[in-house]
Amino acid sequence: MEKGRSYTLKVWRQKNAASRGEFKTYQVNDVSSGSSFLEMLDILNEELTKKGEDPIHFDHDCREGICGTCSLFINGRPHGPEEEITVCQLHMRTFQDGQTITIEPWRARAFPVIKDLVVDRSAFDRIIQAGGFISVNTGAAPDANAIPIARENAEVAMDAAACIGCGACVAACKNASAMLFVAAKISQLAMLPQGKVERKRRAQKMVEQMDKEGFGSCTNTYACSAECPKGIEFTHIARLNREYLTSKFTS
Amino acid sequence: MVFDSKIPEGPLAEKWTKHKFNLKLVNPANKRKYDIIVVGTGLAGASAAASFGEMGYNVKAFFYQDSARRAHSIAAQGGINAAKNYPNDNDSIFRLFYDTIKGGDYRSREANVYRLAEVSNNIIDQCVAQGVPFAREYGGLLDNRSFGGAQVSRTFYARGQTGQQLLLGAYSALSRQVAAGKVKLYKRTEMLNLVLVEGKARGIVARNLITGKIESHSAHAVVLATGGYGNVFFLATYAMGCNGSAVWRAHKKGALFANPCFTQIHPTCIPVHGDQQSKLTLMSESLRNDGRVWVPKEKSTVEKIRKKEIQPNDVPEDERDYYLERIYPSFGNLVPRDVASRNAKNVCDEGRGVGETGLAVYLDFRDAIKQFGIDVIKAKYGNLFQMYEKITADNPYNTPMMIYPAIHYTMGGLWVDYNLMTNIPGLYATGECNFSDHGANRLGASALMQGLADGYFIIPYTIGDYLAGMPYDKVPEDHPEFKKSEEEVKHRINKLLNINGNRTVDEFHKELGRILWENCGMARNETGLKEAKKEIRELREAYWKDVKVLGINEELNMTLEKALRVADFMELGEVMIDDALDRRESCGGHFREESQTEEGEAKRNDEHFSYVSVWEYKGDNKPEVLHKENLKFENVKLTQRSYK
Repeated sequence: MEKGRSYTLKVWRQKNAASRGEFKTYQVNDVSSGSSFLEMLDILNEELTKKGEDPIHFDHDCREGICGTCSLFINGRPHGPEEEITVCQLHMRTFQDGQTITIEPWRARAFPVIKDLVVDRSAFDRIIQAGGFISVNTGAAPDANAIPIARENAEVAMDAAACIGCGACVAACKNASAMLFVAAKISQLAMLPQGKVERKRRAQKMVEQMDKEGFGSCTNTYACSAECPKGIEFTHIARLNREYLTSKFTS
Repeated sequence: MVFDSKIPEGPLAEKWTKHKFNLKLVNPANKRKYDIIVVGTGLAGASAAASFGEMGYNVKAFFYQDSARRAHSIAAQGGINAAKNYPNDNDSIFRLFYDTIKGGDYRSREANVYRLAEVSNNIIDQCVAQGVPFAREYGGLLDNRSFGGAQVSRTFYARGQTGQQLLLGAYSALSRQVAAGKVKLYKRTEMLNLVLVEGKARGIVARNLITGKIESHSAHAVVLATGGYGNVFFLATYAMGCNGSAVWRAHKKGALFANPCFTQIHPTCIPVHGDQQSKLTLMSESLRNDGRVWVPKEKSTVEKIRKKEIQPNDVPEDERDYYLERIYPSFGNLVPRDVASRNAKNVCDEGRGVGETGLAVYLDFRDAIKQFGIDVIKAKYGNLFQMYEKITADNPYNTPMMIYPAIHYTMGGLWVDYNLMTNIPGLYATGECNFSDHGANRLGASALMQGLADGYFIIPYTIGDYLAGMPYDKVPEDHPEFKKSEEEVKHRINKLLNINGNRTVDEFHKELGRILWENCGMARNETGLKEAKKEIRELREAYWKDVKVLGINEELNMTLEKALRVADFMELGEVMIDDALDRRESCGGHFREESQTEEGEAKRNDEHFSYVSVWEYKGDNKPEVLHKENLKFENVKLTQRSYK
């Protein structure tokens, strides 16, 4: 493992939602190539703290690519240059010693900045609350094997369900559309017999909420899918469109 | 101190049914007159909050994350156990109960564990109904896999993301109740104090992490579902934000803490790469089905590999020590987690550990690839190999993986009775933050089971029994007890912000972790523990004099958040040491060096230590007092575990 690497970071700093932000340049030294990107920021934050400067705020939690909390826009790409990983899985060996790295928050009207690189993604929660569920009370379930589900369908449902709700799709889209996020949930539930009962209502309600939150419209560039850390495919968007249109025509 | 476990009388298999019938009910129309606070939205919290909402209670759910969907249950990979017996391999509720209590090395309550096994099947039904995409066979029915500590296939799974899928199921149920107006979510809000009024839990004081506002929230009952405290070790497989503050604040208000020294150390984690490491990543236990664990026989070989004079693959067969296969011929690489972890530590202590730090052993798939072909191995472990390569830049198809044990779960937690209520009336603890089901060691795929059992099928019934006896009146949030608790919190925050010392919170946290890992980790002895107790006290004193916390309270201040959590860990760590000192026996994940067999294996001492250690807080700088809940075993025979 190579130690002693240095990087120049251009980081978006913004005191709070009301203030104007700006880029600030920092130098970070003594980074090991085996360190993760977030560990590199930890090192910088330790230094800033010692100097009495406010550490850079960024969202992170599980640091193993599953919770969907981390959300950095690195050198113009959500979650950085590597395919199908989150920022917390990105390692410094990906960058050359001495490289300049630009770090920004997700940028979308529906994801306002809270501080520095931290944004508010509660719009996603409200979309799920609008209909991203199957209405079954605890205790009201039949035996798990009572309804066989074709393996192919279960697999497609699982592909869609792998979404971690990080918002990279929105950050990647030039229109800041949330179609891939919404499509993943609608597709998962549409593939399962349990989800079919409420499918019309679900598609309408979730799309309605998505529009209300101020996300842009989908123009089929599929940047979302290309940048999704979980590789959610854009074919789910086609299924969402089908679900939505069918529900409109038949209700 | 009186604490009654309230285990119902009667035969094991009838206890829960009988008990449920005896529980008092709250009339459906009256449920809306009661408010319940749930802290934490992992499996245990989200499932409870959603179920309460469906039943008609008013729920407030608190979590420090930005969304309820991000709680750390999401990171569980392997699966969830249930006694469905779908594979027809002679599984049963009793067998799941037996395996769990034996796996826990006979340090948990029979009645609780039996109930867990009993409701396990309902969990699978519930999750399928919610749309959780469990793995299926070609016939469309659910698939099962095997896991450590059991001879039947009873683990349900959703690829390597079972925890994520179960949590999203619970989160969707929770979201439905938010839409129905029965649950109100408090995101980015952290509980910092418990409020008691006339001896009953009546609310919490929490900090809004965005504005810094200290808020009081009143309710008729408080449910803590805040997970484990493994981050006390600094390096662990927990999410960065996981903490013990809620349970520790409750403990300081009188809630008893049980078995604090019972922590689980998982054998297959990616090793530490250096002092810049911030957390550890787990690799699924299932890898040990086909991987062979080894280190070189000679230290000189280790040196050559480190200097890159030779590659691990160049080490000839007779210079490799497949130590698990050598010491445990009948179980080999599939010994339980505690045994595998301890032996890895032993060979590294001997100086035969590999990697840059010398704290790693090989997990080698060469022979499995030779035997089954690369495609079979890829199909089984492809995603894990890929994850490993992302983190380490090594390709496990060509060179052996390196692994090392890491802190992964805490079996200890708040003491609860059979109703999951702590000794404080109206305060409940569910999931990992209570102590009740896993004894001294948790089996794989049992954490998800317990979280959901508690939240979906136990507490929705037991909480009614308490609420039925409560008046509807609400305690106003400007009640003197709330004001007092708020002041306590504000005082602590101001104190931390005004120290302006020289050392960062992380520096202290790393030091705390080192003390505990070296002395209260996989192996402990009296001398080390006593030394650790001294060190931890000095560290705590230094913390309150020299920690540097910048910024103000009235903003998003992640350093302050961490500083408050580490301050609590400093205190909790000392009780872990007290508990480890008291338990002069080896059991489960906990190896006490003074208590071993002639062959160096863990030696349990049932005669003297067949109890739950229950610790009572007596005031700042006063020693905690130990109480004992003796464990009675009427349905299983206690045996010493042997894997030779």
